[in-house]
Amino acid sequence: MTLAATAQQTQGFLSTSGVEITFVLVGLVTLGAALVTVTTRQLVHAALWLVVALGGLAVEYLLLTAEFIAWVQVLIYVGSVVVLLLFGLMLTKAPIGRSPDADSGNRPVALAVALTAAVALVWVVVDAFRTTWIDLDGAVQGSTEVTGAVLFRHWVLPFEALSVLLLAALVGAIVLSRKKEQER
Amino acid sequence: MNDALDVALRLLVVFAVFLVLPLVVGQTEHKVMAHMQGRLGPMYAGGFHGWAQLVADGVKFAQKEDVVPKDADRRVFQLAPAVALLPYLLVLVAIPIGPSEGAVGRVVDAGIFFVLAVMGVGVLGSLMAGWASANKFSLLGGLRTAAQLLAYELPMLLAAASVAMAAGTVSLPGVLNAFEWWWVPWQIVGALVFFVAGLAELQRPPFDMPVADSEIIFGAYTEYTGLRFALFLLAEYAGIVVLCGLTTVLFLGGWHGPWGADGLGWVWTLLKTAVLAFVVIWLRVTYPRLREDQLQKLAWTTLVPLALAQIALTGIVKVAIQ
Repeated sequence: MTLAATAQQTQGFLSTSGVEITFVLVGLVTLGAALVTVTTRQLVHAALWLVVALGGLAVEYLLLTAEFIAWVQVLIYVGSVVVLLLFGLMLTKAPIGRSPDADSGNRPVALAVALTAAVALVWVVVDAFRTTWIDLDGAVQGSTEVTGAVLFRHWVLPFEALSVLLLAALVGAIVLSRKKEQER
Repeated sequence: MNDALDVALRLLVVFAVFLVLPLVVGQTEHKVMAHMQGRLGPMYAGGFHGWAQLVADGVKFAQKEDVVPKDADRRVFQLAPAVALLPYLLVLVAIPIGPSEGAVGRVVDAGIFFVLAVMGVGVLGSLMAGWASANKFSLLGGLRTAAQLLAYELPMLLAAASVAMAAGTVSLPGVLNAFEWWWVPWQIVGALVFFVAGLAELQRPPFDMPVADSEIIFGAYTEYTGLRFALFLLAEYAGIVVLCGLTTVLFLGGWHGPWGADGLGWVWTLLKTAVLAFVVIWLRVTYPRLREDQLQKLAWTTLVPLALAQIALTGIVKVAIQ
């Protein structure tokens, strides 16, 4: 990875610069919004808090100099996925105030899965990038050009595999919706 | 110049533009619609041809009581206008109006993605307003808004992607630096798709099904009064400015003009934007509203295939000229 190339071994695991303090603060806001998203009893509020959480993630990407990823995050998740979610909620059930049935017995299991996933991810990321530092004064490493070059030179195969997977999902969705029509 | 001062100054200029241009478009709409419909339009406020009508409207809106319906979700209801308006202000920062360094609020590396992403966020405001009003007409309006956005976001993105392919960059000044005059005929289909999809995203006539007054009063904004309602209106006009500016930059060559553009690039940009804004108003006066199913059909069966064809054409030409 290009990130590793600019690793500066002299810095510790955490130093206190303005960017880092901002990073931690935005991270806390994101975490808080995510927690509210899964605990609030008001369905539409959950979707709106999800916007805050996803937006916070985009800001974190920006702070990590991954500008392209940040805008794509906003475009896909905030602009499309959440709108789709809200659309679905409004079409089905979106009362103002608390939804009495917005709780399920799966809470403990969900918590366990979430914690396991979080621990695994944090562990992997910390282990991989422990003392890797981004050189802010050097060339930008998250620009569209760099991201594009890395994606289409080094990671073409995973990219294509993902495309095929998404295409299969698309075709599957069409097949599923067609079937219902014939049954009617 | 001091860096912080420079940034502050730029933001101040962008903010001023953001406050002035939408009003100019609004006033033009008053006048153009009046002429096209063979009537006078507002003629008294301010003396000369009613130039101060919008200022008077603003004063009127500011004086009105700010009403929040009893059953509404107060916080979401009050937050919605800001969510609808702010994205356009952010987008304006990234639109270049001239070739020099100083003619853009902030150069954004992935400019096309930035503007499209942030514009998409604005629609959340309409959705929030529609849901939080606790009004069936509002909810219907919100639903229609969401359906419309989902349908038209895709062709808009594809059309913009075509330009990005042609220019080999996703930065807005970068696109303009690479621009040649024959791009206009080459990308004309993409330009039409982009403009139409943008109109639909702004819910301007003939795509104003979400606010169809004869059916659902004023859609998501039915319950709003006073300043908050004015903010939604301002968002619509700011949206027109942003859409026309973006179409100019992406498809019509921005600051490039047929006769030497030295130092006058910004005039070309503003002129093209103004002509497009006139077309937006013209369409409002001319076309009847599309029905909901016609709206969806137009997006999925006409615009998306056209945008894909444009991308294919762009790819072929791009390979051929290399």
